[in-house]
Amino acid sequence: MKTSSDGRTLTPHELVHGDSAPGDERIVPHAEYAQGIKGYLIGFVLAIGLTCISFFMARSSLVWAPSIPIALSVLAMAQMGVHLVFFLHITTGPDNVNNVLALAFGLLIVMLLVFGSLWIMTHLNHMMMPMDQMMNMQR
Amino acid sequence: MSGAHAAPSGHEMRPKGHGHAAGLTESEGHAESKRIVVAYGFWIFLISDIIMFAAFFATYAVLSGNTAGGPSGKDLFHLDNVAIETACLLTSSLTCGLAGIGAQAGNRKLFHISMAITFLLGAAFLVLELREFAEMIEAGAGPSRSGFLSSFFALIGCHGFHVTAGLLWLLTMMAQVFAKGFRDDILRRMLCFSLFWHTLDIIWVALFSLVYLVGVAQ
Repeated sequence: MKTSSDGRTLTPHELVHGDSAPGDERIVPHAEYAQGIKGYLIGFVLAIGLTCISFFMARSSLVWAPSIPIALSVLAMAQMGVHLVFFLHITTGPDNVNNVLALAFGLLIVMLLVFGSLWIMTHLNHMMMPMDQMMNMQR
Repeated sequence: MSGAHAAPSGHEMRPKGHGHAAGLTESEGHAESKRIVVAYGFWIFLISDIIMFAAFFATYAVLSGNTAGGPSGKDLFHLDNVAIETACLLTSSLTCGLAGIGAQAGNRKLFHISMAITFLLGAAFLVLELREFAEMIEAGAGPSRSGFLSSFFALIGCHGFHVTAGLLWLLTMMAQVFAKGFRDDILRRMLCFSLFWHTLDIIWVALFSLVYLVGVAQ
């Protein structure tokens, strides 16, 4: 039985090639047909559950109102994680390093873009003179 | 998994990186690496697409309070409609995955039925979204009403446009499989298509949570 450098037994997948394409999920002929379907079903159930919790939170009065936007963001991130793992097959496995690195860089840019814009624009709003005062100055 | 371990076929036992030395045929090794390169390139494209959506999303986040005295999200959004849209898109992601399995396993029936269901669910999503847009415009809340509505229509419309493109691609894939069968190049295109469709679903998760639900909860 082949093992990797850290002593773990290699999966058949890793024995064939070192990298896997994003979204790739090898269907081993004959045996593992149902395995793939099972993965999608688990992901689907998790995603539906998280979606239901999100909709429930938005409508219910049981949750402290100011916490709702943050709770919804956290739930959204969790659900995106579920989609990435079960639907896109982006995992933490050694054959997936390139795919994860590309995604991590993308996320860095996304965070800079969204939070940077919000930061600068709320700051500008804060500093801006109210409109009626500006009108008065122009007279 | 353990079953495959106990009795690996000759193909699975080949160590990585020694494809030619171990007698891996030229075409087989080529198809394998090309599949990875194509899908990786497409993955990079999808990440740049996500970055574009982030720009639209940042615009929306900045402008979401600027209603210019007009209606806000709380007045305009109908959560029942959004829930049905979400259910359509989520289920279509599942059936798209099943179509991918059908394609890899060479099962034409599974492939075509799953793809047809995916198309119907995607089309239902699009109809619901366009109906929502039409209702809003009719009520005087079109994209020119306020900064909030301009950015809302740009963001959601951009996603809707992607879904439209995805539906056209889906029909193309069905036609290609129908005409040419599960050739290597067709399977690569199918892999890219399912990546595209699942990514649209991920973007929709961000949209329904942070645009619609947060908009209504505020």
